[in-house]
Amino acid sequence: MKASITFREALNLALVREMETDPNVFLFGLDVADHKRIFGSTANLVERFGTDRCFGTPLSEDAMTGVALGAAILGLRPVHVHIRADFLLLTMNQVGNMMSNLRYMSGGKLQIPLVIRAVIGRGWGQSAQHSKSLHGVFAHFPGLKVVLPTTPQDAYSLLRSAIRDDNPVIFLEHRWLYDIAGEVDDGAQIPIGLPVMRRKGAAVTVVCTSWMNVEALKAAEVLARRGVDIEIIDVRTVSPLQAELIVDSVKKTRNCIVADYDWVFCGFGAEIAAIVSHRCFGSLERPVERLGFAFSPCPTTRPLENLFYPSALSIIRTVERMLGLEEADLSRESFYTYEQRFRGPF
Amino acid sequence: MDKEEALSLYRKLILTRRAEEKIREEYGKDEMKTPVHLGIGGEAIPVGVCHCLPKGTSIFGTYRNHALYLAVTEDTDGFFAELYGKTTGPAKGKAGSMHLSAPQQGLMATSAVVGTTIPLAVGAALAHAYRKSDGVVAVFFGDGAMEEGVFWESLNFACLRRLRILFVCEDNDLAIHALAAQRQGFRSIAEAVGGFRCHLASSDGSDLRAVISTARHMVQLVSEQPAPGFLHFTYFRFLEHVGPGEDFDAGYRPRPTPEEIERLDPVCRFEREICAKGWLTDEMLVREQQKVDQQIHRSVDSAQKARFPDATELYTDVIS
Repeated sequence: MKASITFREALNLALVREMETDPNVFLFGLDVADHKRIFGSTANLVERFGTDRCFGTPLSEDAMTGVALGAAILGLRPVHVHIRADFLLLTMNQVGNMMSNLRYMSGGKLQIPLVIRAVIGRGWGQSAQHSKSLHGVFAHFPGLKVVLPTTPQDAYSLLRSAIRDDNPVIFLEHRWLYDIAGEVDDGAQIPIGLPVMRRKGAAVTVVCTSWMNVEALKAAEVLARRGVDIEIIDVRTVSPLQAELIVDSVKKTRNCIVADYDWVFCGFGAEIAAIVSHRCFGSLERPVERLGFAFSPCPTTRPLENLFYPSALSIIRTVERMLGLEEADLSRESFYTYEQRFRGPF
Repeated sequence: MDKEEALSLYRKLILTRRAEEKIREEYGKDEMKTPVHLGIGGEAIPVGVCHCLPKGTSIFGTYRNHALYLAVTEDTDGFFAELYGKTTGPAKGKAGSMHLSAPQQGLMATSAVVGTTIPLAVGAALAHAYRKSDGVVAVFFGDGAMEEGVFWESLNFACLRRLRILFVCEDNDLAIHALAAQRQGFRSIAEAVGGFRCHLASSDGSDLRAVISTARHMVQLVSEQPAPGFLHFTYFRFLEHVGPGEDFDAGYRPRPTPEEIERLDPVCRFEREICAKGWLTDEMLVREQQKVDQQIHRSVDSAQKARFPDATELYTDVIS
C-alpha cells in the first residue's frame, strides 16, 4: 500500500504494524495514553492494544528506562517514549552505564531489543530545556544505535527496523517534521545504518541531520536559481555511521558542509568533518565547513532563537563563501515557512 | 530444615567464603586485575534468599556479588576465569568481578553503579506480569542504594503495579566508609519503606536460618498477595569496601570483639548450629571444607592457565 501521510501518521502506522505483528512489542512513557497522545503519534494504541501494551508512567524517567531495559533482556520489545529529548538527560545513567554495555558485559548473552523515542522541540519559545537533540551525546557511547528520520517514509520504515532490532535504538523525531506529508510505502524496508541522498548536485555536498535536511532543500531551491546545485545527504543514522555515500559525494563535489542539528563544538559535525578530511583529503578544494547551533543555551525570544539555529540562509551564505560567489539578495525569499505552520504551544 | 538441606546450604556458604578467602590469598600476586568487593560476613543473605527462590527466578545484584554468583551457579571455574580476565569466564573476561552474571541460570546482571540494577529488576517483574506468568524477580542492593533516586522511583512503580518482586536490602550500615547515620535522613529503613504498598520483613542477615525463614515467608506472601516484598537484612562487612584487606585501623569503625565475631560471622554461626543439631561433626566439616578447597584450587589453577581473549574479542558483542 502506498499513501501520502504525515510523519506523525507514519510513526503511528509503524507502531500499529509492529504491535499487530509481535505481541512482545509494547509502548509506554508519560503522555502516550493521554488525550494528546504525543502529538498524535500514539493515537488509538491504547484503544486497540489495551493498557497492558500502551500505558503512561510515573514521572520517573531514570527508573522507567531501567524498566524498559529489564523487560528487554527478558525478551520483550519495549518502546519508551519521551515528549522531549531533553528529558533523556534524566536517563543517562541507564543509557550510558547499563543499556549500552549490558550485552558486552554479559559476554554477548543478553539481547537488548529496546527503542527510545524522543521528540526534539523547537520554536514558540521552547527554550533551553525543550530543544535539545543530543544525538551526538548518545552516538558517543558504543552499544547504542542512534536514528534521526526526516521523511514520513523513513519515520515509518526506520521505526519498524528499530523495533525489530536486537540493540538499543535511540530514535529522535523533530517536532516540526510531524506535519510534513509524504508518500509512504508500507512494504518498504529500510535498514538502520544507511544514509540517503536527498538531492543530487555537483557544487557542494551538504551533509544533514534531521530538520537540517528541510533547510538544505530550501537552500538548494534558492541556489539552483543561480545555477548552483548542491548535493544533500541525509545521514539518517548517526550510529552506526556508514560514510561511503558521504565520501563518494565529497570526492565528486570536492566541497563539504556539515549542517548538523546540534551544537557545533564537540558535536557530530566534527565527526563528519574528520571523516571527510581523512578520506577525501586529496579531493577537497577547501576545508570542511560546519553549521550547527550557536554555542549558547537555546534562547526563548524569537529574534535570538533565529540566530541560535542554523538555517537555509546560513547554508546559502556558506555555499556562496566557499565558491567565491557574491551574496545574493535574499530579501524576497520566504524562509521559515514550516515554522509558520507551527503555532505552539508545544 | 533437615540434614540434607543443611548440608547443601553449608556447602554453598563455605564455597563462597573459601572462594573469597582464596582471592585474598592470590590478590597480592597482581594477576587478578579486577577491583574486588568482598562480601565476607554477608554470605548468608544471597545463599539464604536464593535457596528460597522458585526455579526460573530472574535475579539482579550489585558489585558485591561473589556470593550471589556462586549461590546461583556454584560455578567456581567460570568465576575465577572471569576474575583472571580469561576467555573461559562467563563474559570472556570483559565483565570481571563487578559485572558477573549468568543469564541462563537467572542471574541477569550486576552493576558497579549503586542502584542501577533495581529498575531492571522491576522491568523483569513487569515482563512476568505482561506475560501473565507468576514468575518472581529478586534484586539485591545495599543500604546505600536507598539514597539513590532510582531506588524510590523503582519501588514506587513496582508498588503501583503490584509486581512480584523481592527487594533485598543487604544492610551493612556502610556506603564505602560512611555510616548510615551520616547519610540517611529517615528514621529507619522500615519506616521509610513503610509508606509504600508492599510487604515488609527484616531479620538478622548473619543468621542463615533467619534469612531463610524470612525469605521463604516473603516469597509465599508475594505469590499469594501480589505486591513487592521488601526484605531488610543487616550484616557486618568484615573487610574494606574494595580490596582484600581489613581496614579497622582506618578508624571509622571499631574492630569487633571475638564475642561479636561469633554472632556476626554467618559461617561460624551456621557451623555451630548444625553441629549442635548433630547433623555434622567437626570431622565432617573439615571434610566438606577440604572438598570445597580442592574445587577452588582446581578452578584457580585452570583460570590461571586459560587463554586471554583474542584481539578480535575487543569488538565482539558491542552490538549484534
